[in-house]
Amino acid sequence: MIRKIPLLLPILFSTAFVLALADGAWLTKVPSRDHARLNPYQGQPDAIAAGRRIFLDHCSKCHGENAEGTKKRPALTSQRVQQQATVGDLHWLLVNGNMKKGMPSWAKLPDPQIWQVITYVKSLHDN
Amino acid sequence: MRNLAVCLLLFFLHVVYVSAQERPYFVTYSHEMEEPGNLDIEFFGVDGKPAAANRFVGSNLEFEYGVKAWWTSEFYLDGQITQHDSTIFTGYRWENRFRPLLREHWINPVIYVEFENTSADKALREVVGHDGVPDFATLNSIARQDKEREIETKLILGSNFRGWNLSENIIAEKNLSNDPWEFGYALAASRPLKLAANAYDCTFCPEKFQAGVEMYGGLGDRYSFGTRLTSQYLGPTVNWTAPNGTTFSFSPQFGLNDYSIPRLYRFGISYEIEQFLSRFRRGGN
Repeated sequence: MIRKIPLLLPILFSTAFVLALADGAWLTKVPSRDHARLNPYQGQPDAIAAGRRIFLDHCSKCHGENAEGTKKRPALTSQRVQQQATVGDLHWLLVNGNMKKGMPSWAKLPDPQIWQVITYVKSLHDN
Repeated sequence: MRNLAVCLLLFFLHVVYVSAQERPYFVTYSHEMEEPGNLDIEFFGVDGKPAAANRFVGSNLEFEYGVKAWWTSEFYLDGQITQHDSTIFTGYRWENRFRPLLREHWINPVIYVEFENTSADKALREVVGHDGVPDFATLNSIARQDKEREIETKLILGSNFRGWNLSENIIAEKNLSNDPWEFGYALAASRPLKLAANAYDCTFCPEKFQAGVEMYGGLGDRYSFGTRLTSQYLGPTVNWTAPNGTTFSFSPQFGLNDYSIPRLYRFGISYEIEQFLSRFRRGGN
């Protein structure tokens, strides 16, 4: 058994690392320049409506029709997304994805549409 | 067979489509992968009239599945119709695309590996080596005796910049029989007509359209690298995504030398089914 401990340690450490990533560790990877970015559509009603349409097209199947989350995918109404993450953090996440965790890159969407989705997601906090 | 076709049609009419945001490319691959769990079903056709040969329509039916965010797998069924000749099934292809860098960079590489088993193929999904007009002059009954079992590899490079997508493909293909490596390339650029989405549902608003240009051709083989005796094509391309998510694409393409078919008309239709496998699980919708 003692001989097996050195073999088990890397497995335990890597499991802990994966679990840490699952709870929003991506936030720590956002460069400060991206973290500080501002949303050009902040609070604009048209952008919220447009963002809702894009969200229903591309995001709702995984994150729920009202961003409430599904069995395997996180809610976007959580405290982490609504308060902890800045709009710049969310923009970085949408552009880069979190591919190891199954979140694809949405860089295929034009930048204004990414900001519109973020405007919609952040508006859920106000509701 | 007809029952199977009806069942498939009914199934696809009852699933939920999403706006695919497909690039309007027919030959060039962008670095953008299929979203994990989504199944994209695409039909692409090409119509051409080579000099001194019969008009043809080549086609692919493609099933593209997002295995992981960094891995897309695709299965193709190919066929063709040649005027005054015959309609035949020409074979299948299986491709996999892998994205080695898991973040978005100014240029993003994707590794592409494909196995194909075709004969008398006229789908023109890639042009390599010395592919050209003489290949189309052979009767289907003779051409299909020549089985092509090939491995095709591509280095896909893609960038997104201010709404533009720029994609470059470098192609190397090897017939598993004793043929040399053949080479080719494809380049494309496209952009949505409007970058921001409309606040209200609309059918023909500019953001539903993408337009661009595509160019591709052969680069000879291991023993005769270059553009001599190769076919080269260039043309504008456009697509439109309907409100139900179905994307229609069209591109007239022009042969740039005598070794090319003078004009090709490419058309495509695609629709994406979100979270395809979850529909078969208990509680899936």
